[in-house]
Amino acid sequence: MTTEAAFDPGTAATRATDAILRDTLHGTARGVVVDSPPGAGKSTLVVRAALELADAGRPLMVVAQTNAQVDDLVLRLAEKSPELPVGRLHSSDADPYDKALDRLEYVRKSAKAADLAGLPVVISTAAKWAHVKVDEPWRHAIVDEAYQMRSDGLLAVAGLFERALFVGDPGQLDPFAIVGSEQWAGLSYDPSGSAVTTLLAHNPDLPQHRLPVSWRLPASAAPLVSHAFYPYTPFRSGTGHGDRRLSFGVPSDGSGPDRVIDEAAESGWGLLELPARHTPRTDPEAVRAVATVVRRLLDRGGAATSERSPHPTPVTAGRVAVGTAHRDQAAAVRAALAEVGVTEVTVDTANRLQGMEFDVTVILHPLSGRPDATAFHLETGRLCVLASRHRHACIVVCRAGVDDLLDDYPSTEPVQLGTLVKFPDGWEANHAVLAHLGEHRVPWKP
Amino acid sequence: MSLIATLARLEAVTTGRAHPVATVRHRHLSDRPLVFVPLTTAGEAGAPLGALVGTDRDAPRLLVVPQPRDRDLRFAFLAELADVVLPYIDSYADAVEAAERNETDPETGKRVKVEVELCADAPQLIVPSRAGIDHVRLLGRSMRFRRTAEQDPESPHPAPPRVPLLGRWLTHFGERARVPGSSLLLALTEVLGRHWATGQSSLEDQHLGALLAWIDPPPVSASLDGGDPHSGVTGAEAARRAELGRDAAGQLLCPPAGPATDPAFDNKLLAPAIERYDRARTAFAAAEDGLEADDRLGALAAAEREIRELVLSRTLPTWQAVWRGIDLLRELPEGAHGEERWTRDRWSFTGHRDRVAAGEPPQPRRDDAVTAANKLATREREQARLEAQEALDDPLVMAGRRLAGEAFAGEVVDVALVYSEGKRPSPRPLVTLRTDDRPYLGERAKAYRSLGGKPQAAEFVEQPEEGLLVLRIVDRMGRGKEPEQGSVPEKGDLLCFTLFEHEPRGGARLPDPEETPWTHGGPPGEQVPEAPDSVTREDVL
Repeated sequence: MTTEAAFDPGTAATRATDAILRDTLHGTARGVVVDSPPGAGKSTLVVRAALELADAGRPLMVVAQTNAQVDDLVLRLAEKSPELPVGRLHSSDADPYDKALDRLEYVRKSAKAADLAGLPVVISTAAKWAHVKVDEPWRHAIVDEAYQMRSDGLLAVAGLFERALFVGDPGQLDPFAIVGSEQWAGLSYDPSGSAVTTLLAHNPDLPQHRLPVSWRLPASAAPLVSHAFYPYTPFRSGTGHGDRRLSFGVPSDGSGPDRVIDEAAESGWGLLELPARHTPRTDPEAVRAVATVVRRLLDRGGAATSERSPHPTPVTAGRVAVGTAHRDQAAAVRAALAEVGVTEVTVDTANRLQGMEFDVTVILHPLSGRPDATAFHLETGRLCVLASRHRHACIVVCRAGVDDLLDDYPSTEPVQLGTLVKFPDGWEANHAVLAHLGEHRVPWKP
Repeated sequence: MSLIATLARLEAVTTGRAHPVATVRHRHLSDRPLVFVPLTTAGEAGAPLGALVGTDRDAPRLLVVPQPRDRDLRFAFLAELADVVLPYIDSYADAVEAAERNETDPETGKRVKVEVELCADAPQLIVPSRAGIDHVRLLGRSMRFRRTAEQDPESPHPAPPRVPLLGRWLTHFGERARVPGSSLLLALTEVLGRHWATGQSSLEDQHLGALLAWIDPPPVSASLDGGDPHSGVTGAEAARRAELGRDAAGQLLCPPAGPATDPAFDNKLLAPAIERYDRARTAFAAAEDGLEADDRLGALAAAEREIRELVLSRTLPTWQAVWRGIDLLRELPEGAHGEERWTRDRWSFTGHRDRVAAGEPPQPRRDDAVTAANKLATREREQARLEAQEALDDPLVMAGRRLAGEAFAGEVVDVALVYSEGKRPSPRPLVTLRTDDRPYLGERAKAYRSLGGKPQAAEFVEQPEEGLLVLRIVDRMGRGKEPEQGSVPEKGDLLCFTLFEHEPRGGARLPDPEETPWTHGGPPGEQVPEAPDSVTREDVL
């Protein structure tokens, strides 16, 4: 492991990327696995690997998990290499892809794989690929967000390619099934497990790499996220403490929301604590508090300074996101935001925020106001996703008493024989994050 | 737990009676179910102690293993069980109707329709609780790899002829029970819990006696307190008595529904009785002449009778409770989609019947990668379908979805016929709905309503004011320029839209097992018949 003094993030990241591309292009193994912490340049790696494979004349299929991810990759590819013919395989629903793709001259779109045959790169979702039948498999594939793909999803598409590069973030939310799957727990090919788990169980000798630097997370967040969620595979932030700043044109009015915004701007983290109370999932007070924080954040004319440009850029609604655990909470926040006249802010659940990046995030703590802590709410990945979407600051809105709740509900999920026990467990990770947030606590005062 | 379920539970606490959470029955109930109330021996998984089984509520068949650790007695029990269960199953195997199924033609590779048999009805097993389902699975697992003397003359402990076959059937029932909405094997507590909310936790609901006490409290001892129905036993009190009440001898008034028994029963009554049986058997075996043997045989029979009575005393209350629960469920009319789901159960039954008839080997111990993935896909699809169908069949369930923001109902206050742009304009009517519901509608969110049993899709357009929603109907209006008669809502119509789809889409076809890719370990190889379970020391105690 690199020592502190000799660590240069740029060099370390380049070295890792070079090793990955070497194994991908010239290695003999059928698969290469890359673990990437939040914001470590996973998409950049995928784009670069895709371009190099295309240059080497190897027909490539790219498997992503959602249509948004696919469209994003297509746009990034076109940005890097505008004249590379790219196929976007899409579903036959209405509006199957981002309209922005229509402006790209070299991107061909079709709902039929046959229309895209012969293109150097074809991109689609795992669900769509699963319907494709081919006589001749692709020479190479890139599977993006492989840790979020279910084992049965990989089973459906693995016949389409000879070799593949699997890229993903092991700390994010595991895939899930809506019915019980204990029956297969412990089997190497448990269909509800993650694709990478199955892949590595059957092919333990595949080369595995790790991206060591998070370019997204600021210096204030990387140590906490790394310590809480990746204790055995630590990573660093690519920027130093002075590199990013958040400032506001309008000074604080002394209210709770304003004070927590200032605290977060200063330290990268803020905890807006409401009085302890058991509430329904869509806790109206907490939801209103979230909406107020967002409203003030925009009203106060935030400006973000970062390594990307010498001049501060305004923190607009598009650069702010709200994260929740449940869909009804997200919907309630959306409604509350609409009431205070905010419309452009992204509001979604942890599952859907995966892979996205913002300047400031406001999150409703998954355990806020709950009388119990279920496995769902304790899941490590959920908190990890919510706490690692920001480039500058993260504000957590939460009822008091979550630490007691955690102590009352240690994780009691049965341990299944033959399954990999994930460390850290959600209980431990929640405590680590909560302890850190405790230092940036601001009581709710309208 | 959904908000409406929480409310129903609170209401049950307040009123002292279980609160209905369904207005129709969401599971199929056979006219002639086979009720199975098993008991197991403490400390040894899969060692049956006895069971009540049968289709006639007044004439259950009592099966008892007087010494549960004796493998010969256990086999005798299983053989007897096979004598009851297999004829029942067989009675559904022969009545068939013609049906069509899509199959891949092996020569052309095309999907073609094939005429096949479909059993006109299917058997239905009902056990008291979820633990009973696990027990059925365990029995199936313990039997299906046994070998009969006919299959393997060398076997040191051959199973009675029909036992392995019973194991295969019980395994099939156990697997099918994992499919959401299936009804081949039902746990009564689960079905009752689907239709009534009690004032206790769902864990406590697994106690059949306590659950029934909430739903249908025993009649108040009216004569004592003047017959005022409100002064009598509440569900909570009755449930408490069912769970904890003991007689003077320390035995539970309401024995647990099993298969596990109460430790007080095991220690105070069962263990001494089994010990007496063991002594009588040893004495009988040691008898030196015919006269002595006759005497001792009498003592042995008496000891066995005693155990039989003990087992009957613990299973009969549960047996009656199961039938009482079935009566309660039969009072509800079956939901509209129940028949459709039962048809899939019939397909499942027919399929296994055919596999048995074709001489296929028993279900493997572990699923291969493709089978596991296929099963998971089926169950997820069935879960989605079940949730949608229950809401469509039952306004009370739909109310829960509306309360959760996943559906909305209201009156049509305006319809404007507009057309899509393009070469062939098609009707895209705008419907304005007045509703008190507060659905979570995102931009261009899809909503569906049932139109003649088929889902019609609409798109959320805008909310001009609180309580008004504008939707654009996008399909099922026919091919012409004018929408078909009745396909567009009219002013004054009362409509209910859901944000969830009514018919889940099928997933992609997975590769055949012999084409399992390298990521999943490659093809499983030539299928070899699974070896029988090896005999362990514990088997021959």
